Parts: sequence; C-alpha cells; structure tokens
Amino acid sequence: MSVLVNKNSKVIVQGYTGTEGTFHATQMIEYGTNVVGGVTPGKGGSQHLDRPVFNTVKDAVVATGADVSIIFVPPAFAADAIMEAADAGIKVIICITEGIPVQDMVNAREFLKGKDCRLVGPNCPGVITAGEAKVGIMPGFVFKPGRIGVVSKSGTLTYEAADQAVKAGMGISTAIGIGGDPIIGTTTKEAVEMLMNDPETDGIIMIGEIGGNMEAEAARWLKNNMRKPVVGFIAGQTAPAGRRMGHAGAIIGGAEDTAAAKMKIMSECGIHVVDSPANIGVTMAKALAVMA
Amino acid sequence: MNLHEYQAKELLKRYSVPTQEGIAVNNSDDAVKAYKQIASDTGTKFVVIKAQIHAGGRGKGRIKEVPDQSGVAVVKSAEDAERVAKNILGNTLVTIQTGAAGKRVNKILVAQDMYYDGPSERKEFYLSVLLDRAKKQNVIMYSTEGGMDIEEVAHKTPEKIYKEWVHPNMPLLPFQARNIAFNFGLSGTAFKNMVKFVTNLYNAYIGLDCSMLEINPLFKSADDKVIAVDCKMNIDDNALIRHQDLADMRDKSEEDPTEVEAGEHNLNYVKLDGNVGCMVNGAGLAMATMDMIKLAGGEPANFLDVGGSANAQTVEAGFRIIMKDPNVKAILINIFGGIVRCDRVAAGVIDAYKNMGTINIPIIVRLQGTNAEVAKDLIVNSGLKVQSAILLSEAAELVQKAVNAN
Repeated sequence: MSVLVNKNSKVIVQGYTGTEGTFHATQMIEYGTNVVGGVTPGKGGSQHLDRPVFNTVKDAVVATGADVSIIFVPPAFAADAIMEAADAGIKVIICITEGIPVQDMVNAREFLKGKDCRLVGPNCPGVITAGEAKVGIMPGFVFKPGRIGVVSKSGTLTYEAADQAVKAGMGISTAIGIGGDPIIGTTTKEAVEMLMNDPETDGIIMIGEIGGNMEAEAARWLKNNMRKPVVGFIAGQTAPAGRRMGHAGAIIGGAEDTAAAKMKIMSECGIHVVDSPANIGVTMAKALAVMA
Repeated sequence: MNLHEYQAKELLKRYSVPTQEGIAVNNSDDAVKAYKQIASDTGTKFVVIKAQIHAGGRGKGRIKEVPDQSGVAVVKSAEDAERVAKNILGNTLVTIQTGAAGKRVNKILVAQDMYYDGPSERKEFYLSVLLDRAKKQNVIMYSTEGGMDIEEVAHKTPEKIYKEWVHPNMPLLPFQARNIAFNFGLSGTAFKNMVKFVTNLYNAYIGLDCSMLEINPLFKSADDKVIAVDCKMNIDDNALIRHQDLADMRDKSEEDPTEVEAGEHNLNYVKLDGNVGCMVNGAGLAMATMDMIKLAGGEPANFLDVGGSANAQTVEAGFRIIMKDPNVKAILINIFGGIVRCDRVAAGVIDAYKNMGTINIPIIVRLQGTNAEVAKDLIVNSGLKVQSAILLSEAAELVQKAVNAN
C-alpha cells in the first residue's frame, strides 16, 4: 500500500521532449520511477531517453499500459493535456505546469467530473512515495523513506517539512504537492483523507497558505476522523490582504481565508498548529511520542 | 492585471455591453474638446469628469494639491471642464483605497451624465462576476443596493445580495439572466435591456479572461436604458499569454516602480512596510520566511520569490531591489536547494556581495539541501560579513539577534 504512486506505477510524461520534461524525466528515471514513455504530438514513433515517444496519450496507454501521467506542457496547452490524459483512461494525472489560465481549469475540472481519475495540481511539485516512485520535480534525496505523509500547496516548503521530519528521526511515506492555484484537482481534504487511510502512514503534515477555504474544509473533516496526529502550518501570517503572494491562489479575499482564521479552525479541530515553519518536524516527533 | 475604467468600458463595447459614453484625455485642451463633443452628442450641458486611477472611492476622494476638488465632478460649461481638468490632471488623488500618499492622475474620462430626468424612476444596482473557488464555478453576485460598498451591504443586509452560479462550459442561461432582471424588480423595456446586458457582460467576462468584473453602479436610466456607469476590471495574469492586446493596456505608472523592476528580472516581489528584507526560492517558503521574521521580533520588508533558478545574477538583482528600501536593517536569504545546488547559490551570494560594494547591514544566508555543508564553508571562508545557517531554526535565531542589535 501507498498513496497515488508506487513502484508499480507506469508513468508517462506529457511534454516529454521539451526542456523541462527531459530534465525531470531524467531525474525521475534516476530515482527509479517506472517511466514507460512520453507524449509529444508530432514526435510519435521516435525514442527519447531510451523510451518510446507517442503522438497521443491514447497511443501511449494502449502500447504501455500507463496509469499515471505527469504534465510539463506549457500553460496555454496544459488544460488540454489534462483532459486528453483523462479521456485516455489515465488514473492519476499530475500537472506540474504553472500559469494555466483560471477559466481553462474551471472547464478542465468540469470535464473530469464522473471520470475514473484523479488530478493533482496544477502548479505543484508532484507526488513522491519515498523509495518507490518520484512523479514530480522535488529533490528525491530529501525524502528518506519512513511513515510521515505530507500534504502541501507549496514546493520548497514541502521539501523543508520533509527535511525536518527526516532530521527529527522520522521519514516520509508519501508527499503530495497539491498546488497553489485557485482551481486544483485534489483538495487538501482529499489528500489528507488518502493519507489517513494509508496503513503505511503514521502521521500527517498539512501545509497550507492564505486564500481559499480548503484547509478549513480539511480541518472539519479531520475533527471526526483524527486517527493519526496531524501537524499543520499556514504560510502567510504576515501577508497583506488583496495582494497575490507568488502563487495565483495565495491572496486574502476576506476574513475567512487569512492565516489566522485558518490556524484557529485547524487548532479547534485538533490539529497541532505551529506558528513557526521551523517547528514542523519537532512538533510531529512530539505528537507521535504522545501517541506511542 | 488591473485596467482603468476607460479601458474596461472600451472592452465592454466589443461585447455590446452598453456603457456610459466618454472620451479619455490627458490634457485640459483635449478635455474642453471632449466636453463640447459630449455636450453636443447628448444635448445637455451636464458632463461628468472622472479621474482615472487604479483605486476606488474616487467620488469622495480629494485632490491633494486642490483640496476642494473631488476625483469625480459634474461640469456645466467648457470653462468649467477646463478648470476641473487642470485641477485634477498631473495632481494627486487621495481616496479611501489609495492610502495617504494618493495616486498621480495622468488621465481623466470626460463622460455623459446619465442622471437625466425621464418617464420612469432612475435606479442604481450592483453587479459583479468572479470565480467562486469553493464551487469551482463563476458566480454573478448582485444587489439592488447599487453605488454602495458591497462588503458593507453583505455584512449588514446579507439578504439583499443575490448569487447566480454559471455552469462551466456554458454561457449564462436565459432563465438565469431573467432571474437577475426579476430580482432587480424590473419590467418592460428595462427588463429586456437588463437580460441583454447581463448576458453580454458574462460573455465579456469569459472572452476577456477576467478574474473580476464589477459594475457599480449598474444604472437604469429614466428612459429605461441599462448602462455600466462605472466598471472595475481585473484580467487573469495567467491568461495574458493569449491576449496581447490586453497586455499592451497595462499601465506601469500605476504600479510600485520597484515591483515593476523586479518583474523585469523575473523576480516576484511585493513591497511591505517592515525592517527585515528576505529573498527566498518558492512562494510558500517565502511567505513562511516572512512569518518567521515576524516571530523573531522583526517585520518583513518584502515578499521576494527568486523562483527555481537562484544564480549570481538573480541574487544580485534581488539584493539591489531589497536595498532600495531604506527601512531594511537586515536581510535573510533562505534557499532550499533541491535541483539548484547550494554551493552555486553561495558562490552567487559571494559574487553579488562583492559586486555591490559596501553593504552595511547584517546578511544572513540560510542554505539547506543539496551541498549545504559545502555552501556553508564557502560563505564562512569568504571573509565577508555574512552569517551562515543551515537549519531554519538557526536562521531564526540569527534574525532575532540582528533585530535586537538595531
């Protein structure tokens, strides 16, 4: 068992032959991820990184039995790439692309409704199941195998949290970067729920940021489903209202989506909320010690 | 990206959304010409002059240099138009949204007066289109309480706010447009005009990739026309890749010059009011670093995400941008090296530091991840007055010391 991706995942890369796709596919292969090929329209039939290139996702699925796709397609075409993957029967679609127009994602989300697939991202670092499969752009060596799951809207903050967990004597089961855009495929609550149900995960680190209501939704669900300790952090306690802080979704729109409001509800629902990002690892270690 | 009222109205016309007619000008001679044109077109001497800045509250706002002049004024003659244009243009408008510093006005909109008499009662409504993140749908939010601060209406009288969610991949449906017109209490010609107005307005919102489109007031005239009297339009920055014409409308003079400069270096920078500058890779870690500065007793002076490629050039550009702020008393560089190697970043910091000449404030560099130890040695052995940390908690302590020493 593990969440979303594991050593048996058959991964294809959309935008395989581009600069980003090539660089990260190489890193993923080095990590040991089972990359079975890639898609670049117009380059089907050729080989890249010793693996076949296909014109369409459908062709790739038929030829390789791929069930996971990672997308490095430029923003103007990325929503189309997501829908193509879903249409071809890919089960887990991980979209790394940053900068997709919001209305494209409104339409793509609608397209995915009722289909047997899960989208992670966009604008995310991807998913890693430590020691088994890296389907993302994260530095693999930081994620030493262990039993802590991570859910995060942010890339480098995910690496920071994983690093702290490892240094505090724990390791990582699966880390899920859900992305920092206003419309994303997998919500905080859905990612937390997967890790809560994962027998290989003993504790969950949940990292959010200003904007939207996903952390509050996750917290309300956790209140009645807290079977493992959850440590939470919200970035942007010092962010001004109305300004977009890097991520398209990181903008305070009202009283409900400030860091303070989110931290309050998370705390009330039983999450171990830390004020400082430096305390994520030690707090998890303490919470697990209490449980043991 | 924000647009000016006059730009937004030009764009709405492309979608057959009726707007208050006007001419945007940047000098008083053209203002007089525009006055004569509008007065002749409308057959009345009443004409409205509106300052064009990226901030609301213009009607109640005052010109700093001419305090009895407001940002929106009705004029009754060409001489009057010239006087008001001279009062406003080139001067500073202070409104509830601009802060005390105000904003310089470079353009005014000379526009028709819609508040003429006629057979029916005039009405002012509020209507906006935006994304409902939770429902993952666009929503039209509207109220009979036009011309007011909508947040206040939502707070005091939530029952006066209506919402119509639009199905993804579909236009605003006719029954929804009728719902809106009925809820506004309209009938006859005004009802039909409103149905057309909201249908076309939603098409404009989608077609222009708006992230927010607000019409306040949405006006029903005394002869039952439905008109956008004011318009606030924000375009989704991510969508500018497919709207070069909209990207060309960007008015950089409305933005913080340091933020514009940072953008030219591909740095994501937001100016804040604190005393500790920071430079970080990744937006989430950048926000977290700001929070940590606050917990250490300082106040963040900025948000600065250098992105995935932290090299000597970006670090130097980041240094220069942060140092432009005289309030900065210390700088924290926080890089989690994944794909980017920490030793390369350290070399970049050392180069940038040397290129910059004398830096008289403490610099704290926290490098973690790939080759972090090598990076720390590089910095320690550089002989520069740069403090080095590997753990985030160590960096926090160093910030605390730097803040307390000030």
